[in-house]
Amino acid sequence: MTELTPTLMAKGSIVAGCLAPHPPHLVYAENPPQNEPTSEGGWEQLRWGYERLRESLSKIDHDVLVLLSPHWQTYVGTHFLGIPHFEGLSVDPVFPNLFRYTYDMNIDVELSQAIHDKAKGSGLAVKMMENPDFRVDYGTITTGHMVNPAFDKPLVVISSNRSTHYYSVEVMQEMMMELGRVTREAIEESGKKAVILASNSLSHRHFTTESEVPEDMSKEHIASHAMHLWDMRIIDYMRTGQAQRILDEMPEFTEQAIAESDGGGLTWLLSTLSVPDYPAILHGYGTIIGTGNAIVEWPCYANEGDVQ
Amino acid sequence: MNGSIVGSYVVPVHPHPLLVPEQNEGWSRLRTAFDEARDAIKESGADLLIIYSTTWPSIIGHQIQADPNPQWTLVDQDFHDLGSMDYSFNIDAEFAEAWNQANHNRGLKSRTVAYHGFPIDVGSVVALKLLNPDNSIPAVIVSSNVYANRSETTVLAKACLDVIKKTGRKAVAVTAMSMSNRMFTEFIDPSDDRIHSLKDDEWNRKVLEFLEEGRLEDVAQLSRTIHQQIRVQKVVTFKPMWWLSAMNGNRNNLTGRVLAYEALHGAGGAVVQLDPTSTGMGDKEYDEDDVEYYRGERNVLDAEEAIEADEPLTASTGPALWEPPESKGAVNSKAAPKPVGMYPHARQVGDLLYLSGVGPRQPGTNAIPGGPIRDDDGNPVEYDIKAQTRAVVENIARILEEAGSSMDKIVDVTSFLVDMDRDFAGYNEVWAETLGHFGPTRTTLAIRALPTPIAVEMKVIAKV
Repeated sequence: MTELTPTLMAKGSIVAGCLAPHPPHLVYAENPPQNEPTSEGGWEQLRWGYERLRESLSKIDHDVLVLLSPHWQTYVGTHFLGIPHFEGLSVDPVFPNLFRYTYDMNIDVELSQAIHDKAKGSGLAVKMMENPDFRVDYGTITTGHMVNPAFDKPLVVISSNRSTHYYSVEVMQEMMMELGRVTREAIEESGKKAVILASNSLSHRHFTTESEVPEDMSKEHIASHAMHLWDMRIIDYMRTGQAQRILDEMPEFTEQAIAESDGGGLTWLLSTLSVPDYPAILHGYGTIIGTGNAIVEWPCYANEGDVQ
Repeated sequence: MNGSIVGSYVVPVHPHPLLVPEQNEGWSRLRTAFDEARDAIKESGADLLIIYSTTWPSIIGHQIQADPNPQWTLVDQDFHDLGSMDYSFNIDAEFAEAWNQANHNRGLKSRTVAYHGFPIDVGSVVALKLLNPDNSIPAVIVSSNVYANRSETTVLAKACLDVIKKTGRKAVAVTAMSMSNRMFTEFIDPSDDRIHSLKDDEWNRKVLEFLEEGRLEDVAQLSRTIHQQIRVQKVVTFKPMWWLSAMNGNRNNLTGRVLAYEALHGAGGAVVQLDPTSTGMGDKEYDEDDVEYYRGERNVLDAEEAIEADEPLTASTGPALWEPPESKGAVNSKAAPKPVGMYPHARQVGDLLYLSGVGPRQPGTNAIPGGPIRDDDGNPVEYDIKAQTRAVVENIARILEEAGSSMDKIVDVTSFLVDMDRDFAGYNEVWAETLGHFGPTRTTLAIRALPTPIAVEMKVIAKV
């Protein structure tokens, strides 16, 4: 069989880009069969937001989910899951009382390798993760579950390089802008339709205590007014098509809101979308143990007009 | 029992000495140092290994591993190509639970975790596999809370020491941590490994010089500076030195030995042994609060509770004492402590005598046999529940005698304990030796506090 070269295939595309945070509380609150602990619900605003995102994505034809997880933290380069299938038990090291999840997922190794190779070609330090004993991080699993609980589409999973903490937000942005660019190129050359998922929250100051009933929503609120103001500012930029301003203000936002954008996911996402100047859809916003979380979709299919 | 720390160690967190020591001479020397530490721990007669690991971050207080036999295969998130680490550990779950309770007693948030598949962190796995390969010494692992300040980390150690002393354990304290923790951000050939920068190397050597001189508390007090100078800022700070120093009584006269210092992908990896034997050198100049009880400063959920926790500071100095009123039927004794309110020591109705709550305070001096339960600053302190209970019984006897009654005429007793878990056994033992012989009915209740810093009070009904 003759393999299709990229030039002979239909051009691939990014059909949607999403900010899709990963607090395990959301899976816990859903009571899915994969998760052992059970709850009385909670965090409905965010879970309804994910429902709306799932509904929206269900109307868009796509082949693969490409995800960057801040909880696969790598200090030496950016890594990619490089084995076709992973399954096992994931126990959240911080909230083991909430998240003990049996996962089963497939990886699009071909696309992973393609992004890896392009990133390497552009000078980024990258590595394929090919150890079969590797346990997939709970951030990937949580976002994967909330977006696609059936896990019936393959994933590309990219680690979060901690360049913010080794260098600065500016250096992180340089690297993630480049990683986003090559991610987009690799997707286009693959002929596949991809949904991009940045698995991070916004402001990220946790409470340091947990209420006796974790899903007690009378205890849930943003950690501070300053965090709320930052979250609303960033969400406003998203809703009004001002992605460039998010990038411009990323250093201040990351520092002052202790934002999980430090992991690079948001910058990478905006780069894969060529820094969108069209409005994003806010599917939901809520807090989880004090952190700010937004579920946001940039509907590329509606703005680039070539994939439906 | 006289439990104690019989040795302390600093060990690196990266898996190279465990998985591929042969790939680099420095990694091999670290492995040899681990082996030497392992042998020294065994020879020390230690019966408990306590690991404080910087690669186990926590957010909700501290977490303590309490699965008696956690088993899994760990793969490092960065160095997954070096191989997999199968583990099966012998965890002292009973000690873990006791430490958790001791934390609560000292105002700390913490919890134990005992879940199949819980991801034990790479620093703990490397330490336990190399220091205790045959699992002959039970271990306990505690997380490093990302928000914990020096007070919280110090009290965490003191709570651990409470349990060590109470249980008579011979414990070894281990911090799994890097010195400088800046790694190369690119892939390197193992033969090219070196400390990331000369600056990091110089700081590491200065810190190790202090440790070799046994000046652990000096390093602890410099920890913020060291962190600023040679650490990647977020999450993993140099706070293990706060914990390790507090575990050793905040001393500067330990006997230190640096068994190895090498690079691990650019980070500073050292195996350091700290023997509690005094070098005879001068001890600390302590310039920070030696905090005993953690009051919290950032509990968003528990803001009201945190404010309440500060109140005993004023209450602990004790309420004013009153002269007991001479009301109808009142029985007051000069041989009993003065009441803390306007009430008599006892009141007779018919042939029954109702005693007000009787505590252990001594008449005249107001002293508390067995010691108070907290100091004037509201910090909990050790006390003897048996001595307090005996003093309560003696005060009851004095009041009964004043009323013309006696111990054998006691009908019913209601006892109040402020710490049922800690004190019931001791209180019960004294009861059996004293009041129990006379056969009154008894009810024992746990209550939050008493007006004075005492642990036990009794309410008595007797016949005259």
